[in-house]
Amino acid sequence: MMKINLNDKILMLIVTVVVLLAPFILQPFAEGTALAQFNAGYPDLLQRIVIFGIFAIGFNILFGLTGYLSFGHAAFLGVGSYSAVWMFKLLSMNVIPGILLAIVTSGLFALLIGWISLRRSGIYFSILTLAFAQMSYNLAYSVLTQFTNGETGLQIRLSDPRVLDGAATNGTLPSTNILPPSLVNGFEMRDTYQLHLGNWLFQFNTGYYVTAVILILAFYLSLRIFRSPFGLMLRAVKTNQTRLNYTGINTRPYTLAAFVISGMYAGLAGGLLAAMDPLAGAERMQWTVGGEVVLMTILGGAGTLIGPVLGAGFIKYFENIFSKINDTVLHHWFSFLPDGLQNFAVDLIHPFVGKGWQLTLGLIFMAVVIFLPGGLVEGSQKLAGLFRRRTKKTGGGPDEQHHPKTTPHVAE
Amino acid sequence: MSMLEIKNVSKHFGGLKALDNVNLSIRAGTVHAIIGPNGAGKSTLLNCLVGKLIPDTGSVMFDGNSLLGIKPHEINQLGVSRVFQTPEIFADLTVLENVMIPCFARRDGAFRLHAFETTEREGGIIEKAEQILIDVTMQDKRHMHAGSLSRGDKRRLEMAMCLVQDPKLLLLDEPTAGMARADTNNTIALLKDIKAKRDITMAIIEHDMHVVFSLAERITVMAQGTPIVEDAPENIKGHPKVQEAYLGTQAA
Amino acid sequence: MDAIILQVLNGLDKGSAYALIALGLTLIFGTLGVVNFAHGAIFMIGAFVAVTLNRLLSLSYVTLDPSQKNFLGQPLEVKNAYVVSWFGDSFGNGLINWSVPIAIVVSIPVMLALGFAMERGLIKHFYHRPHADQILVTFGLAIVLQEIIKAFYGANPIPAPAPEAFRGSFDFGVWLGFRPNAIIYPYWRMVYFLFSGIVISGVFAFLRFTTFGMVVRAGMADRETVGLLGINIDRRFTIMFGIAAAVAGVAGVMYAPINSPNYHMGMDFLVLSFVVVVVGGMGSLPGAVLAGFLLGIVESFASMNEIKSIIPGIDQIIIYLIAILILLTRPRGLMGRAGVMED
Repeated sequence: MMKINLNDKILMLIVTVVVLLAPFILQPFAEGTALAQFNAGYPDLLQRIVIFGIFAIGFNILFGLTGYLSFGHAAFLGVGSYSAVWMFKLLSMNVIPGILLAIVTSGLFALLIGWISLRRSGIYFSILTLAFAQMSYNLAYSVLTQFTNGETGLQIRLSDPRVLDGAATNGTLPSTNILPPSLVNGFEMRDTYQLHLGNWLFQFNTGYYVTAVILILAFYLSLRIFRSPFGLMLRAVKTNQTRLNYTGINTRPYTLAAFVISGMYAGLAGGLLAAMDPLAGAERMQWTVGGEVVLMTILGGAGTLIGPVLGAGFIKYFENIFSKINDTVLHHWFSFLPDGLQNFAVDLIHPFVGKGWQLTLGLIFMAVVIFLPGGLVEGSQKLAGLFRRRTKKTGGGPDEQHHPKTTPHVAE
Repeated sequence: MSMLEIKNVSKHFGGLKALDNVNLSIRAGTVHAIIGPNGAGKSTLLNCLVGKLIPDTGSVMFDGNSLLGIKPHEINQLGVSRVFQTPEIFADLTVLENVMIPCFARRDGAFRLHAFETTEREGGIIEKAEQILIDVTMQDKRHMHAGSLSRGDKRRLEMAMCLVQDPKLLLLDEPTAGMARADTNNTIALLKDIKAKRDITMAIIEHDMHVVFSLAERITVMAQGTPIVEDAPENIKGHPKVQEAYLGTQAA
Repeated sequence: MDAIILQVLNGLDKGSAYALIALGLTLIFGTLGVVNFAHGAIFMIGAFVAVTLNRLLSLSYVTLDPSQKNFLGQPLEVKNAYVVSWFGDSFGNGLINWSVPIAIVVSIPVMLALGFAMERGLIKHFYHRPHADQILVTFGLAIVLQEIIKAFYGANPIPAPAPEAFRGSFDFGVWLGFRPNAIIYPYWRMVYFLFSGIVISGVFAFLRFTTFGMVVRAGMADRETVGLLGINIDRRFTIMFGIAAAVAGVAGVMYAPINSPNYHMGMDFLVLSFVVVVVGGMGSLPGAVLAGFLLGIVESFASMNEIKSIIPGIDQIIIYLIAILILLTRPRGLMGRAGVMED
């Protein structure tokens, strides 16, 4: 028992260190070199990775533990963003009230949708959540435009009241902050400290560290849920609801609680997206965005603690890198080839990069579902297992009984 | 005193009368076997007791509470546990976790948002779960995945999951179906042991007469959806009505 | 009265598309037990078969016509379609004009092949995997298919016009004895409705009157037993998958003139088709058709200005609201059987 706790502490420590040092770790290449385009240590991308990490951690609490596959979580992301922007418009550019409201409204919204959708399970549940997501998108895009500003999206304006901040003084749009600039400077979300070390440039952004701390908290919370009796019940829901009912457990409140918690995570992520860039559009609610978080969770490993964060990082990183690769870059890469071959190689890769990134993403997704249902985490465990077997031929490895397989398969 | 009182229960499926005016009373502290040929309505009756089916007419009283129209988990919370014909266990969880869940259900009721406790620190629960695994001699398999157990072990695990709840009434649906003789005898021994140690009432549906006559203190024979004879085991053997039911010779 | 008939008619074309897609989804679901998230993509590919054929037939070369001058006084560049120069004026132009109906003939083998390839290459391996995995892999496939189309055809809608004879509208109301111009209805939508009626009847007749169909229907009801009879159910199910793909494909071909196809039209229709399947009752073919037309017509009524002025935006959400209401009150849908997909 102590051992498991120790492992969790180590995991927690690794996550904390990696997240806090990410501006260093993801910036391994010097500026101006050919490899610099593979750097990811700049604030915008880092924040996106972390925010989608939070989104996926929350989604995993529902899908990874209970097996209920929701396609509707984009709706909560969108509701979170709208709530936060409204808070920026009405109350203050400080992100804390915005984020809090985002969590509360998305939680309430999740309670309503979950209460209805969880009356059914399996495919019906997936389709119901899909329908709700699409309905929310339609509502945001063309019906409730007085709240969402429809197509244009909700933005902050100079004329907004912002009762706590007082009137804008210098005629420029204010930016989001974690501590009001009237008290301390340097705590606006966009503030970045740049560190030049030789040819390397490292950027430390306030917004990133705010989201990073929230990610660490969110991860810790998810770890506690995984290790709690509540988490045990959720895993039991996934494996046998019938037995659970005949054991005196009412499964509905458990699944509903998991749904609401994961909806609140999604709302938090939506609030943070708005805190990073104070606007909210309906496209954030499209069900394909909900599909993206499913993808991240599966890719990393549904039902594992670290998987969703890995999946989110992987997808957001490669999205960014792949989208930047255009034909000029490709020609540069293959410049060592003779002209004809070079053009051929470029033509071959062209559909998968740049605007074709989605195609690559779809292929990766299919490959993971077909060949690696446990995601990256299971994949790395298998690799590690192969490696261990090769090094310890005597068979003195830890026995199976004390290391039960902890990654349940993606299941209904 | 009767633990379970079934009165005038009928259940139709379309035109088929699965249960026809069943009256049955199970006394507290006895092992009561329900036997009968296939299609006699035994399983339907059991499903009516645990809330899976709702009878068309009649009443089912358990320990002073009506069981009709309440959900399976509520029936369990009143003290009724059920062992299935094919073991229903949590295949993806470990053996220990399998028995911890009923412990939580007993302690915390049908729902509790215990999301911030740590499972491993739930002292009382773990000890209780470990103890029941010792009782069914599965303590050395406690960290195995339940899905990887042998069929016999799955059955023992399911029984442990029911017993750890200290049910007032344990319903067993063909607990030895598909078992080898040795496993069957183990199960009989286990059930006898349970009966000796606990204040428990058991209702058991069984085809294997060896099991029935080893365990039962009272036997009800059902045929065509209705009980035809109820008596002590020694009077059941050779009872003409029972022979009729099994051999299919129609009474006038 | 005429307003009501007009709305019913307006709902028919969308309803037809819903019904055809939902019919295919239900066939696949009922026979193979697979929820196919790529079915919308098949519909979309069908529409692009029409686009492709139209483009192929219109391929042309440029010649200079000295008898005509452009504004600079140079000979005018004239485009000549190859088919016109090969087959002569009337037949060549006729081919281009009738490209969409011709595309149906072309699309059937194409879609059958695509369906067989999908089933044998991918879906087959997922029969024994959890439903969540089936949803996920077909969802991935849908993304891949639509991105491939996007790579070839770009993101903008591409028109594929109906034959000239069916462009424009006609006064349907006069036929029914209303005053002129009360009910104006485009020809092609009427064609689409009639066409979908033929396809739907064809599928039902096929299932009802052929031995093949009888086996498939028996397999839908009880796969194991049919398997035990020594009938090779798997091969028939592969063929059913192909047929479902062909139904969605021709639905897409014929829909191309109504709305210019774009790469994401499949996803747009997919969500609604799922709603249709659920409302109709999972696994029920008549339910899928009924719910398809019903929801199409309801949607059309909800988009009437009179209704929208009472409840603004109702047309955007009515289908989902109905689906939710139906699932809450009749969990098995309008015509669903017990025990389908209920864990």
